[in-house]
Amino acid sequence: MAKKYLMKGNEAMAEAALRAHCRHFFGYPITPQTEVAAYMAKRMPKLGGTYLQAESEIAAVNMVLGAAAAGVRAMTSSSSPGISLKTEGISYIAASDLPALIVNVMRGGPGLGGIQPSQSDYWQATKAPGHGDAQLLVYAPSSVQEMVDLTIRAFETAERYRMPAMLLADGMLGQMMEPVTFPDEVPLPADKPWALTGTKEQRDPNIVNSLYLTPSQLEAIVKDRFKRYELVKAREVLFEEYRMDGAEIVLVAYGATARICKAAVDAAREEGIPAGLFRPVTLWPFPEKELSAISGKAGQMLVVEMSMGQMVEDVRLAANGRCPVSFYGRTGGMIPSPGEIAAEIRKLAGMKGVD
Amino acid sequence: MILNLLIAGFGGQGVLFMGKAAAETAMLTGKEVSWLPSYGPEMRGGTANCSVCIDDKPISCPLITEPETLAVLNGPSFDKFIGAVKPGGRAFIDSSLIQKKTGRADIAAFYIPAATLAEEAGMKGLGNIVMLGAIAKETGFAPLETLEEAIRAVVPASKSALIDANIRALHLGYGYGG
Repeated sequence: MAKKYLMKGNEAMAEAALRAHCRHFFGYPITPQTEVAAYMAKRMPKLGGTYLQAESEIAAVNMVLGAAAAGVRAMTSSSSPGISLKTEGISYIAASDLPALIVNVMRGGPGLGGIQPSQSDYWQATKAPGHGDAQLLVYAPSSVQEMVDLTIRAFETAERYRMPAMLLADGMLGQMMEPVTFPDEVPLPADKPWALTGTKEQRDPNIVNSLYLTPSQLEAIVKDRFKRYELVKAREVLFEEYRMDGAEIVLVAYGATARICKAAVDAAREEGIPAGLFRPVTLWPFPEKELSAISGKAGQMLVVEMSMGQMVEDVRLAANGRCPVSFYGRTGGMIPSPGEIAAEIRKLAGMKGVD
Repeated sequence: MILNLLIAGFGGQGVLFMGKAAAETAMLTGKEVSWLPSYGPEMRGGTANCSVCIDDKPISCPLITEPETLAVLNGPSFDKFIGAVKPGGRAFIDSSLIQKKTGRADIAAFYIPAATLAEEAGMKGLGNIVMLGAIAKETGFAPLETLEEAIRAVVPASKSALIDANIRALHLGYGYGG
């Protein structure tokens, strides 16, 4: 059995990135993700990599763009307000068809908000990670082990489709410790014939660019990119189902909230209420087909988020009126308790058949 | 839930370390475990706390708002958390630093002068580990040998000289009164 380590989510994720051969980290400190930078600062030089604390979030994300253009695995990490600053660079990375990892350890917003856990950047991550027609791969870990597994997967998938990926965690996952294991070996990145590595006068220059002044050319490039997005949607959806056997009230939650929902589902089941949980692991691509199928069978759905209700819109689109979709959320850094979610389930169970 | 432990005190009393030692112990016994620190502004005001959950099942919510077991190492933490302990739960109170006693009859209160015990034994500052020993004895959440192994694992290499003192502190708490 692989050795178990008791580690903070932020540190485990940083270690996973190093084991995934990432040797370029550009960051800027912000609570609650500062341990990522601290860990990288300690470990990266020993591995011969580059750790750089940039002068700002904007500088850091553009350094990622540069490193990714040169074909190396590169990443940056931040928390909500810092990610807002990075969005311009993220759009440029997407427009340049570059793979890179951006980590968001979400805290309460909007504005400077607070420093406690939140999930209120769902819209930003999945709908508008920057300006323009573009998407990010968005992975939502629910445990410290998934902080490890999905970090490695994010690098690999980003490279396969030449697009940026985001690990969307929150302050709770970043700060908490759990036992984790690491894979013995992560495959080396594949060659990148498109990378800017110098022609040595042996080949034509590669070009990484996001500026196209001829509308027809830009349209063709964007359409081409969207064909790739369709492939991603068909192949890369990840989700978990928990106690979905005969579930009539289906909770939908991601990240830290999903693990709290599991306890609420257990409590409801003990009282004889047929509840289950569907957990999207990728938020983009969103498990639309799966939720659509469930909405045809379930009596109703309850979306739980640490926000005022963002993912609930995607769940409603997937359900498309086939079943009622209600919402329960806490925000501002408040974490819902299993008890209050169970109370919400009970309320819905009582309402059944009333209308 | 095998142990649902909230530890609170001043920054510098080793509240987070004490929690980490308990979590490491649980990991060594093959249990599911989570450790969650406070990292809010209250930390900057000088108090710290952490939640440690130990279970046979995966931990759903690592944040403890109603502890079954509470360990408080200073007065403000006693005031803040004693009312939150679940009925039927336990509170471990460092009576060398907290003069008050709880009026709650629905919880078991253990008054342990952990800081003084440590200081008198020449281990000033290890009241946290004395307290951990007392909690281990009372709750039986792990055998003493596993706790020792955990202490060896969590004391950083740069402070390995302190391992023996930590283990002595553990025994001191484990053997106290009972």
